[in-house]
Amino acid sequence: MTDFTTPPYLLLERSSVRRVMLQVLAALLPGIAAYVWLIGPIILVQLAIATLAALAGEALMLGVRRQPRGLFLTDGSAIVTAWLIALAFPPMAPWWLIVVGTLFAIVVAKHLYGGLGQNPFNPAMVAFAACIVSFPALMSQWPALGLTLTLTLSEQLQIIAGLASRVDVMSGATPLDALKTALKLGDGELDVPTLLATQEVFGHFAGRGWEWVTSGYLLGGLWLWQRRIIAWHAPLGFIAGLSLLAGVLWLWQPQQFASPLFHLFSGGTLLGAFFIVTDPVSGCTTPKGKLIFGFSAGLLAYTIRVFGGYPDGVAFAVLLLNLCVPLIDMYSQPPIFGLKNEK
Amino acid sequence: MTHYLFIIVGAVLVNNVVLVKILGLCPFTGVSKKLETAFGMGAATTFVLTVATGASYIIDHYLLMPFGLEYLRTLSFIVTIAAIVQLTEMVIQKTSPLLHQVLGIYLPLITTNCAVLGVPLLNVANRNDFVESLLFGAGSAVGFSLVLVLFAGIRERIEGADVPTYFRGTAIAMVTAGLMSLAFMGFAGLDKYQ
Repeated sequence: MTDFTTPPYLLLERSSVRRVMLQVLAALLPGIAAYVWLIGPIILVQLAIATLAALAGEALMLGVRRQPRGLFLTDGSAIVTAWLIALAFPPMAPWWLIVVGTLFAIVVAKHLYGGLGQNPFNPAMVAFAACIVSFPALMSQWPALGLTLTLTLSEQLQIIAGLASRVDVMSGATPLDALKTALKLGDGELDVPTLLATQEVFGHFAGRGWEWVTSGYLLGGLWLWQRRIIAWHAPLGFIAGLSLLAGVLWLWQPQQFASPLFHLFSGGTLLGAFFIVTDPVSGCTTPKGKLIFGFSAGLLAYTIRVFGGYPDGVAFAVLLLNLCVPLIDMYSQPPIFGLKNEK
Repeated sequence: MTHYLFIIVGAVLVNNVVLVKILGLCPFTGVSKKLETAFGMGAATTFVLTVATGASYIIDHYLLMPFGLEYLRTLSFIVTIAAIVQLTEMVIQKTSPLLHQVLGIYLPLITTNCAVLGVPLLNVANRNDFVESLLFGAGSAVGFSLVLVLFAGIRERIEGADVPTYFRGTAIAMVTAGLMSLAFMGFAGLDKYQ
């Protein structure tokens, strides 16, 4: 009997899913390397915690749903989700926060909807949004720069394990946050160019240090595109949407809005552009749909990031566009081959 | 001008009538199984809600308040809404049978949609003037339709997914509504930016 419920690509050879996932993991490595250089090996610990939690959650749900464990546990999709969560969360987040986020992603966002290939929302972004809404304080404690110089690895491990107090070394703000707060407190006295030039958190063209981490994501993303793992539509649309809005506002009031370059290399923009909006499951399927998806997500991400209440808008923008995917897909169907467009 | 813009953005996205105020859940879960019905319900509700907010404002300010009858507010709003819905249905049936066919069964259903009663009462509580009331009503209605249509699209997609047996149907729809409301929390603060 023909199986109509399984998505077509799952009927293909299993190892092809695994091969794609392994290449996505490999593409994250340049960004992770830069992260280790900036923050220290603590991020590797977080990646390991997230991976273990994801595999445990996956095994549990596969058991409950009576599906073959060996097949789905080794396909690597849970590990991709886990790594994206660990990279999106603050590096000094307590271990249970990462575990809660990862389990929520795997159990609720992925398996309640039928597992691999059927989830309407991106699991990693669901985890990020759920945690930033539920634990806003913990999710915005980014380590101050130079933390690795003042704290040893074992002290950092104690912070993660909850044995040491989360002291004021944690009070650093992300570059995006620093910009937003300074402008709100300054009441128009401060302008962006002076802030960028004088404050310590800002580097050459974005956040100090963080600009190289995001450049690492860009490098990995371009490699994925070159390997044809991801199509160009969604990332280009995302970058275009974000830069367009950032550019218009920047040209209009350069004193009040940071340049598109700053926004591209800050926060989750590039991680989102190449690893999140390219998700083949929760994203659009048609080429035109992918462009619309990316472009609108870029516009929304900038709007939420600059005008909204949260430090970064990529996660919410992606979730909101995930909601629109069925409609976008419906209206962006290419004409059937051999038929003329009705006009 | 920006004040009015913030009212609209606030009503459509930030304080969405379904996802944040939890009003109008019956049509949200009941009529969202198919995209077409969701479109019809959205269109009908948008029309009725906008007219109802205007009418309730006039009744409240020129009938109830001068005579000190504020305690009759809820009752008179319900009667007003029911009358508007009936009147609309009769007018549409006579003038445009096509539109009547599109809106069809959804018009009478709106009488029992608590969002249509809730929004005029919220207008009174927020002391909105006539233009603000209309904008808030129209914005809430657009927000309701938007969420309903998006939800219907997602539900149609989930129909084909291999959802665990115990979560099929309304259970997974409720989980989806929760995640949807999580996504809409991203808009928080957009109506207060200076």
